[in-house]
Amino acid sequence: MTSFTQKFNAIFGADMAGPLVAFVAVMVVFGTLADNFLSAGTFGSVAFQLPELGLLTLAMLLPLLTGGINLSITFAANLSGLAAAWVLQAHGGVNAPPSAFLLACLAALLTGATAGALTGAAIAYTRAHPILVTLSMMIFLRGLGEFLTRGGDISGFPDYVSTIGHGSVLGLPIPLIIFIACVGLWHVLLTRAKLGFGLLMIGSNIESARYSGLNTRRILILVYTLSGVMCAIAGLIMLARFNSVRVGHGESYLLITVLAAFLGGINPFGGFGRVLPVFVALIVLQLLSSGLNLMGANQHLATALWGVLMIVVMAARTLASRFATSRRRKA
Amino acid sequence: MRRLILGNTTEFALVVVTILLCAGLSLGTDRFLTVSNAFDVLNVSAVNIIFAVGLLVVLISGGIDISFAVAASVVQYVTVLALSALGGGNWAEGFIIAGGVGIGLGVINAFLVWRLKIISIVATISTFNIFFGLLMFFTKGVSIYDLPEWLSTRVVFYEHEMSDGSWIELTLPVVVMILCCITTWFMISRTTIGRQLYAFGDNPEGARRFGINIGAMHYLSFGWLGLMAGIAGLMQAHYAQEVVPNALYGRELDVLAATVLGGARLGGGKGSVIGCVLGVLLVSITQNGLNLMGVSPFAFKMVVGAIILIAITLSSTRFDRLLPSAMNSSKQGSARR
Repeated sequence: MTSFTQKFNAIFGADMAGPLVAFVAVMVVFGTLADNFLSAGTFGSVAFQLPELGLLTLAMLLPLLTGGINLSITFAANLSGLAAAWVLQAHGGVNAPPSAFLLACLAALLTGATAGALTGAAIAYTRAHPILVTLSMMIFLRGLGEFLTRGGDISGFPDYVSTIGHGSVLGLPIPLIIFIACVGLWHVLLTRAKLGFGLLMIGSNIESARYSGLNTRRILILVYTLSGVMCAIAGLIMLARFNSVRVGHGESYLLITVLAAFLGGINPFGGFGRVLPVFVALIVLQLLSSGLNLMGANQHLATALWGVLMIVVMAARTLASRFATSRRRKA
Repeated sequence: MRRLILGNTTEFALVVVTILLCAGLSLGTDRFLTVSNAFDVLNVSAVNIIFAVGLLVVLISGGIDISFAVAASVVQYVTVLALSALGGGNWAEGFIIAGGVGIGLGVINAFLVWRLKIISIVATISTFNIFFGLLMFFTKGVSIYDLPEWLSTRVVFYEHEMSDGSWIELTLPVVVMILCCITTWFMISRTTIGRQLYAFGDNPEGARRFGINIGAMHYLSFGWLGLMAGIAGLMQAHYAQEVVPNALYGRELDVLAATVLGGARLGGGKGSVIGCVLGVLLVSITQNGLNLMGVSPFAFKMVVGAIILIAITLSSTRFDRLLPSAMNSSKQGSARR
């Protein structure tokens, strides 16, 4: 048994255990309860629903790893979507050429990056708690969006935009491809790049990171800027999927992204965590809600079960560490 | 006086900001600086203040709670259903049921945080999803408009017509809010339990070695917030004269922002009832003033967000640096976080 755990840890990493066990449990439970669960349809719907929540979770991930949090992600995504929508509208709405769409994407990315950089600068220079800064940023961005759109929505985009939201390449939905590319990017950033190393160090201990010669302010600003860029990508995907932009789209995802990240083994105090377990955790959450959908329950029950799953995983972690310490004492 | 200011920098700064804001608004519009408008602001912010003083206790003890607003929605629904099962009920029964259910939901959080050692933000985000998901699942999002007669009738303790024809009213939510503030203030600053809460929030390990019962502190703080959330839920149902399952959804972050604006520290050990009240009032006064000035309601949240952002930024950058240097020469760093 011990050798199996060691082997498992060597291949996947210890933080993979929670999500993988949950994954197997969900597959077994729904596979036996709902006879049409193990079908292409289920995985197709998961593949289409995963990217929105997934991209927002990636946006939440980097700040969490620095020991912070970014509560403004959903509205930053909305606002970026708005920027893209306006550029498209200004260039003819339904008849906008692809070059205009490229410009729209740039505008969205720039909006997200600006919102993120502002947040990052406020956190890095005032040392105020990230929950506060991003919370007030969230209220501000929501207000700004509602003010600019008067609470309405913007729609009417060219046809190829909805292809991005609903089309497939080689059987893989385009949003999923974008999402997997972003997961890969984040993985490389965290494991290979200097910035990734720096942000993990900040999450472990910001003071010692600073004394070790890391430019903590620059790293924090970059982290929140990247988080904003990821929000912008999520905003663009939402624009393409709903074919409209409204402030408040995806609002309920906010706390779910935190839940997904913690479920994926991210240390709540920052400093430790990997992207791949979070990816698996996201799939588990989506499978859970798709399975419940198949059995006729609605999304709200799935939301409740997400919370239960989270508590079970965290409690199991506590019990496991208690078991480990008591065994070490005996030995 | 100097010690009073330096010891309570956040509260002092808030008072100054609020006074400046009120001065500006009363110049901008003649309707703002009237007694009846002041009572309007109080009536509107009563529910949020009850939430805020409850949250304050949890923040002082070093925890955080995201679930209290949806817990209050659960309380509203359960209370109204229980009351109609009891055949109407009255205020006493309403408060007992609401408070009891609220405490029960708070104790669930305390159990998760203390027994299962899940850190409070993770535990309460989970219970947030559980409470809200189950509430929407079982109620199917259906609102209750058919409240008992006594609950939906406005209770006015004092009313008086001003010379300009406007009315001032002291309504039940405000009275309950004042009672909640006084009991919370008494509990956290005039009892041993309250001092233990501050000690525990400031340094949990130190408090444990000192012989403070850590488990009791968890149950007390989350239970207290549960009680306040229950009362606030009942008051909100009374004020709105209906129970809408997702009416309070999202309120938790607004209250959290206002509470921390009022000087409560995330991480524990710091915060006061008066700061908390000022924090909520600052936000309400801003909204009220913007409304009277005829600003588009769509811009409210933007301005409120900007004000909170500026206030937090200012209060975190060493406030003592902004004071005249003579005032802080002796006590360097006393106002530091």
